[in-house]
Amino acid sequence: MSLDLLLNAIVAGLLLGGFYAAVTVGISISFGMLDVVNIAHPAFIIVGSYIAYIVNDALGLDPILTAVVVLPAFYLMGQVVYQVFYLSFEKRGEEALRGLAFFFGLLFITEVVLILTFGVDYRYVQAPYIGPTWRIGFVDFPLRMLIPCVVSLLLVTGLQLFLARTFIGRAIMAVAQDQQALRLLSVDPIRIKRIAFGISIATAALAGAFLIIIQPVEPSVGREYIGRVFAICVLGGMGSLPGTVIAAMLLGILESFTATFYGPSWAPAVAFGFLLVTLAVRPAGLLGR
Amino acid sequence: MRSWVFLIVALIVAAAVFAAALLVRTTYGDYLLFAGYVVLQYVVLATAWNILGGYCGYVNFGSAAFFAIGAYTTVALHKLGANPGRYLSDTPFEVLGTLLPLSLPTLILLGGIVSGLVGFGMGYLTLRLRGVFFAIATLAMAVVLQTIVVNWDYVGGSRGAYIIRPDAAEIGPVSLAYIQYLFLAMMLLAVFALWVARTIERSRMGLGLAAIRDDEPAAEASGVPTLRLKLAATALSGALMGMAGAPFPYYVGYVEPANAFGLPYAVNAIAMPMIGGTTTWAGPLVGALVLGSLQQIATVTFRSEASLLIVGVLLVGFVIVAPRGIVGLVENWRRPKKKKLKSPQ
Repeated sequence: MSLDLLLNAIVAGLLLGGFYAAVTVGISISFGMLDVVNIAHPAFIIVGSYIAYIVNDALGLDPILTAVVVLPAFYLMGQVVYQVFYLSFEKRGEEALRGLAFFFGLLFITEVVLILTFGVDYRYVQAPYIGPTWRIGFVDFPLRMLIPCVVSLLLVTGLQLFLARTFIGRAIMAVAQDQQALRLLSVDPIRIKRIAFGISIATAALAGAFLIIIQPVEPSVGREYIGRVFAICVLGGMGSLPGTVIAAMLLGILESFTATFYGPSWAPAVAFGFLLVTLAVRPAGLLGR
Repeated sequence: MRSWVFLIVALIVAAAVFAAALLVRTTYGDYLLFAGYVVLQYVVLATAWNILGGYCGYVNFGSAAFFAIGAYTTVALHKLGANPGRYLSDTPFEVLGTLLPLSLPTLILLGGIVSGLVGFGMGYLTLRLRGVFFAIATLAMAVVLQTIVVNWDYVGGSRGAYIIRPDAAEIGPVSLAYIQYLFLAMMLLAVFALWVARTIERSRMGLGLAAIRDDEPAAEASGVPTLRLKLAATALSGALMGMAGAPFPYYVGYVEPANAFGLPYAVNAIAMPMIGGTTTWAGPLVGALVLGSLQQIATVTFRSEASLLIVGVLLVGFVIVAPRGIVGLVENWRRPKKKKLKSPQ
């Protein structure tokens, strides 16, 4: 094993991990903080990818810029989904079995509708930073990976500041711990949860744009990410954003090593194996609450 | 109705359906048998899912994986049986070569054992955790297994494997066309699955599982052996799914990871009990018959994706509007006056 190969694998893993952090941060909020098992999150990400693709194809707009523009729409969509989920399941105390089936149904419907409209062809976007690579010494920094990674870390940092510094952010952290206490402060926990879920879906718009920058996308790609995002979320300690970033980087490096030294066809198994081991050995995660 | 009476009645119904299928064959050809096989396969899958999901409240998203384990057990053993000298000579297992090739019932049994063991192992790792983690782990398991199969050359890897279906099967003096034989096997399997589910439902085990579903800590506190019951249910449910998958290679003739691990199995296994009703054995049966037939009709009249869309929309609609499924709707309709019991929050 040569040094440059090793270093390149580590850098590629870190860049990939940055992207995974953006993919997972939504789940860290919805599943980690709100206890809403949104397994349909990857489907929202794929929707984000397709929106970026459509706009890029028609107007030539930058995918990340597109994502920022549609962010409010995703936020509202998240609020609607949460409201339906709350009224149909959470309020009746039936979220365990039927709530899971509900999100599974959403995931599935999104995928089938995308297949029916766009077919199963791989779609990709055009942007000036897809292609060129910075070389520092013998280490490669493909811009296609670097830019999503940087924007993603900015997004996570911004969210962490929002959660720690603003009133609503603190209320979101509080709703994860004690809903009743929040009521005593005359804050409506359902409204807070709706906002938080809206934010979690809004991050999917950005993650979707990153995804289609990094790799071509077809409707069923989202399923590969279910295991990844939950593995990262659980290992990161369910709802801790710094934990999410660390766990995402770990998984990124692990996958990059597997791809470099064993072959890319094993990469999906790494993420899911990682998840199974995490669940079996340390379900509380690295920075468990 | 006693358990053995139920079994006899179910067998009589099955015999009647099989006889009817043979009769209409002269007018419709084999199509009804092929379509009916798929519907029956879903009866088994839905019933199996319901043993864990409906009775115990643990959601299994990995039905397709258990199904595929059954299918690939058959592929592996079929390949071994096609050329035993090549794989077995000079190994300690050489004597086993004389048993090959295995008959369909043996393959179904072996497929069931293998996937039952996988279910047991997977349950042992994850069933101590909250139910949600189990659900996510089953999703993960499906992808891990698919990756392993893709990378496993012996069973064809991502290229897939061809299985040549025999022309006919002899049962004693009777000779059946192979699709009739497969249909019959799946029919008996469906009866068996329903009988198992109904027996569990009315046994102490069923009560224990229901207690776990309603309140696991309370069940644990009243002395229900929760982990043991959950493990038994997971292994049994996995075994039945594997048994449903074992004849699959002979049915399609060509198995590749994408069709054996197909999303339709995972979705239907959940949607059918949810839409039919999860609390009784009749729910998955009704759900599978209704949805399975609908999908067969939609596949020939529109596109196969459209048939899946119907399932997804129905699933979401039913869990929101009619949480107790078709069986629940029928019960409400038959006893409209009865005061509704409000479940404690």
